[in-house]
Amino acid sequence: MRLQPLRAAGALPILVAGALVSLLAALRFGSVEVDTGALLGAMLELVRGANDSSLAGTVLALRLPRALTGMAVGGLLALSGALLQALLRNPLADPYVLGVSGGASCAAMLAIALGAGAVGIALFAAGGACSALVLLFVLAHRTLLGHEAPLEPGRDSAVLLTGVMIASLCAAGLSLALSLAPDGRLRTMVFWLLGDLSAAVHLGLAAPALLAWALLLALGLRDAAALNLLLGGEMQAYTQGVATARLRRRLIALTAVATGAAVALAGAIGFVGFVAPHLVRYFVGSDQRVVLPAASLLGAVLVVLADTIGRCLAAPLQLPVGALTALVGVPVFLWQLQRA
Amino acid sequence: MTAALLATRNLDVRFGERWLVRALDLEICAGERWALVGPNGAGKTTLLHTLAGVRAGDGGSIELAGRDLRSWSVEQLAGLRALVADRWFDPFATPVLGTVLAARYRLRAGASRSARGALVGEEALARKCLAEMDCEALAQRDVRQLSRGERQRVALAAGLAQEAPLMLLDEPISHQDPRHQIQVLQRLAGRANRTYLAALHDINAAARFATHALLLAGDGSWYAGTSQRALTRERLSALFGTEITQLEVDSHRVFVSTGGISP
Repeated sequence: MRLQPLRAAGALPILVAGALVSLLAALRFGSVEVDTGALLGAMLELVRGANDSSLAGTVLALRLPRALTGMAVGGLLALSGALLQALLRNPLADPYVLGVSGGASCAAMLAIALGAGAVGIALFAAGGACSALVLLFVLAHRTLLGHEAPLEPGRDSAVLLTGVMIASLCAAGLSLALSLAPDGRLRTMVFWLLGDLSAAVHLGLAAPALLAWALLLALGLRDAAALNLLLGGEMQAYTQGVATARLRRRLIALTAVATGAAVALAGAIGFVGFVAPHLVRYFVGSDQRVVLPAASLLGAVLVVLADTIGRCLAAPLQLPVGALTALVGVPVFLWQLQRA
Repeated sequence: MTAALLATRNLDVRFGERWLVRALDLEICAGERWALVGPNGAGKTTLLHTLAGVRAGDGGSIELAGRDLRSWSVEQLAGLRALVADRWFDPFATPVLGTVLAARYRLRAGASRSARGALVGEEALARKCLAEMDCEALAQRDVRQLSRGERQRVALAAGLAQEAPLMLLDEPISHQDPRHQIQVLQRLAGRANRTYLAALHDINAAARFATHALLLAGDGSWYAGTSQRALTRERLSALFGTEITQLEVDSHRVFVSTGGISP
């Protein structure tokens, strides 16, 4: 393992290019294939604000919001995963595995049952993610509460097990809701269990989602240097000048909002938050100043590609993106568990 | 008379129900090298953590650089004292040089976005600290692949890179071979204007390194004094509960355990 600043710096432009290519692929492929030239033309029309009724224009209007939402969701989930892995100093951490997504899903379902609108659902989802995270830190890490002086890091397997239990609890809540729900509501509820982008058809929702992603990533980046020190243990980071308790609280809140936003947009998509930081660290090392943006970009690419494949595999049927990310994520997770 | 860099007044340290240190009055002045000596579980690590401000004391007060320890901010503290623990957490692959550079966080925090020249300066300083601890060749290695002895010297190098006048060291040579034990302590002692408080299990290393010693018995009692006065046959025999004989080899004091275990 050698320090490779060039490779680390080169990763970001490559990932930005990858994001653009995956976006183009998402627009081109599906039940109907559109060629690139027509797509670009339709995009120009869209930018001009003209009402485009061509095939390319129609396809673009359907696929662009979905692809952009997918990018934001993947970016948010991977950011959450990278932050959780650094905060818990555990390479197996992931918002889905640790029950953070589950908490958000449960709360979102509750919001639906209470008849809340889109904003209410999003707020509930963020609240649910936050509750699950706080529960996780209080139970397993015992370092969330109050005082500045950091305790020794807890047993890392305990953190993971606690998270898995929280996830199971949330899954039980969701199953109960599913079995009690009227048949007509079943399909929308499965959405919260598996993760699905088929509801993302509004550009008006995709734009703020992208904005939220950029904002949360920028906030995370401000703490990336301090996070690097936290990797060496709470006590060491504290003696090296990091106000660890404040940093931890800030990043937990950030992670909760990011996961909550992602779940509110697309349900509980699993394993993106786990796989993306792993792949990134493998190539660029563990400097969080590079890992956070690179993992976030890779997460965006992964979700957009997984969703595109889901739309193509059984076209015109659409497979939920969460099923596809789990198909890739679970083997990677097990492989990593063997190595850990 | 110079003011003490670190001073405690009536400091109590407790671990659960057990009193480790009672009413400790300690004055460590700039340039002094203190050895912290005592049997297993006497509270050496807990006292170091308390003096570093990582945990609160259980009574009394601690003054660092003339002010109450709690009145300094986390960032200011990092500029005043470094703590080198004897346990490390390396969850992800990280190059050695990166962990040493990270210790400079406090010094970089205030600076604007570093110019390239400043970055090169940082790296040169990190490499110098690594060289001092005889691990310059490890700079590009992954910390997780080092031996415990190597990892310990890298941690010491990171502690040096923090450039704090007071260094609190927890068993700094516990994983070192005989050559590195001497080398590490000699190089630390050779640094100008550095003050040390080091928990040491090896009495002979303590006798060679330290100007002063703080003996902790583990029942709350303690003795602080110059190395000559504190590290004696009588005190050490009583402290460890076994007969310890003092010899003289090449004008160095050498302690050998010769007794059985007193009941």
